Amino acid sequence: MKAWIAFSSIFMKDMRSYYLKPPNISWGLIFPVAWTLMFFLRSPVAVEVRDLLPGVMALSILFGTTSMLAVTITFERKSRSFERLLLAPISLNLLMLAKTSGAIMFGIINAFVPVIFAAFLTDLAGINWLMVLASVILIAITSTFMGLFIAVSVSQVFEAQTFSNFFRFPMLFLCGLFIPLSDLPSFIRPVSYALPLTYGADILKTAVSQNGVIAVPLSFLALLAFSIFLFAYSIYNVNRKWIL
Amino acid sequence: MNLLLKIIEAENLTKTYNGFAAVDGINFHINRGEIFGFLGPNGAGKTTTINMLTGLAHITAGSVKLMEEDYTRNARRAQALMGIVPDESNLYEELDGRENLCFCGALYGMTKKEREERADQLLEQFGLQEAASKPFKAYSKGMKRKLTIAAGLIHEPEILFLDEPTTGIDVAFARQIRNLITDLHKKGTTIFLTTHYIEEAERLCERVAFIVQGNIVREGTVAGLMQETQGENIINFTLGGDFSAVEAEFRNSFPGYDIKSGKNSTVSIHSPASFTLLPLVKFFEERGLPVFEAKIVRPSLEEVFVNVTGIELQKMQTEQPAKTGPNRKGSA
Repeated sequence: MKAWIAFSSIFMKDMRSYYLKPPNISWGLIFPVAWTLMFFLRSPVAVEVRDLLPGVMALSILFGTTSMLAVTITFERKSRSFERLLLAPISLNLLMLAKTSGAIMFGIINAFVPVIFAAFLTDLAGINWLMVLASVILIAITSTFMGLFIAVSVSQVFEAQTFSNFFRFPMLFLCGLFIPLSDLPSFIRPVSYALPLTYGADILKTAVSQNGVIAVPLSFLALLAFSIFLFAYSIYNVNRKWIL
Repeated sequence: MNLLLKIIEAENLTKTYNGFAAVDGINFHINRGEIFGFLGPNGAGKTTTINMLTGLAHITAGSVKLMEEDYTRNARRAQALMGIVPDESNLYEELDGRENLCFCGALYGMTKKEREERADQLLEQFGLQEAASKPFKAYSKGMKRKLTIAAGLIHEPEILFLDEPTTGIDVAFARQIRNLITDLHKKGTTIFLTTHYIEEAERLCERVAFIVQGNIVREGTVAGLMQETQGENIINFTLGGDFSAVEAEFRNSFPGYDIKSGKNSTVSIHSPASFTLLPLVKFFEERGLPVFEAKIVRPSLEEVFVNVTGIELQKMQTEQPAKTGPNRKGSA
């Protein structure tokens, strides 16, 4: 019960202090809107809008979560308010889960902004919404933990932004969203399969247009494995680098 | 209430960074209800010690017990019983005073009702009611420090760690904070205080330890340490007449005392043993020399510190941090 009070308070404070702030709400809305418009303007045919939806959703989650989490944690570390959390009598795992839950929620909300836009432009019938929701949640968790991994690897806010892009932009082009995996050169394909977004985007493709290429259970397992690895490695680093 | 005398016991506490010992096998304990001062120059190992005691630094060797329970390898177990006030005010800029206190209470699992009541009580105790709804970023430095101390007390800890509580704030606020510390002490709060202001420690603490280059070089009660350094007892009298008229008689009456006269009406009496004041006053009064003032002269803690460590006070307060490893604030 006591741990739950601490968990929910950290979550609520972060939502209020960071994610529900007008600049971040606008970032959360403008970014997916910009992505959506960019691709939809390029592809005005209704059927292509539907084809692009998984990609825009996945990128909205990826960019929203990694940016926000890496920056907020680095900022709190810099102002030393993060020490206050490290001194609270709750386990490090629970603390970091509480700290990341706001970003996960932010990512999930971001994912559905393009869906709302798409609803005005195309017919969304036949989409497996349960699978969409499950994949959105898992992509949000994996991306957030990637943000955590970045946050524990840097000490300055600007480094967090730079380091985030180091991961995000290769993912953008190698995860099969815009260039099908089968069209990628064979020597690059292993890199694509080493990226979590490849699996998340593929589940979304299957759920929206039934044109994914990887078995859905395998993709879910891969995302789960990435999440566990990124979280465990981040906790290891927090223990090693922040508790001196 | 647990009535154990020792709240904290540190044995052979050691912290090394890449082979350098920032804290080198120190031993000390903190008794329930006392203010224990940890004094030393910048880079001596004060903050590193606090970090080890509170779980912000891994302990390289040695052990720490809180109320007889060893928490060397699991500080989380002990953190619920500790209140920690770092050397910099580190509350949340966006939250107001009350929200900051309530948030800190929630971190310790306090219910909404409990933390709101306690927050209001602390805001009143610390004279911050009027600023309760202002965001923390709008607070002055002194107010920030006061709220940070209040945040350390929100969950009514067994022991409060205060790291340099008056450093960097103006004289008036520093005085207010010292008064608050005295009030907390009167109410029975156990306090571990680190400071490089020796006068502050002398005024507030019952026991102190001097730490230099990661080693405790002396530990004891403030009174005991001062007595130890003094060597002899000195009392100065200001009289309502000329002492020289009764000097010979005085020497005969009190043969164990050494007399050093200043001006005619003042006299300084030295003795290896403690003074019994009444016979001295009676002696002067009976001979028509009223006693206007009797003042026992003691060495300051500052003199004790300089004597023990060989470090000049001015140097201690301006010294740059020593290279002791990856310390959070740049000084240990």
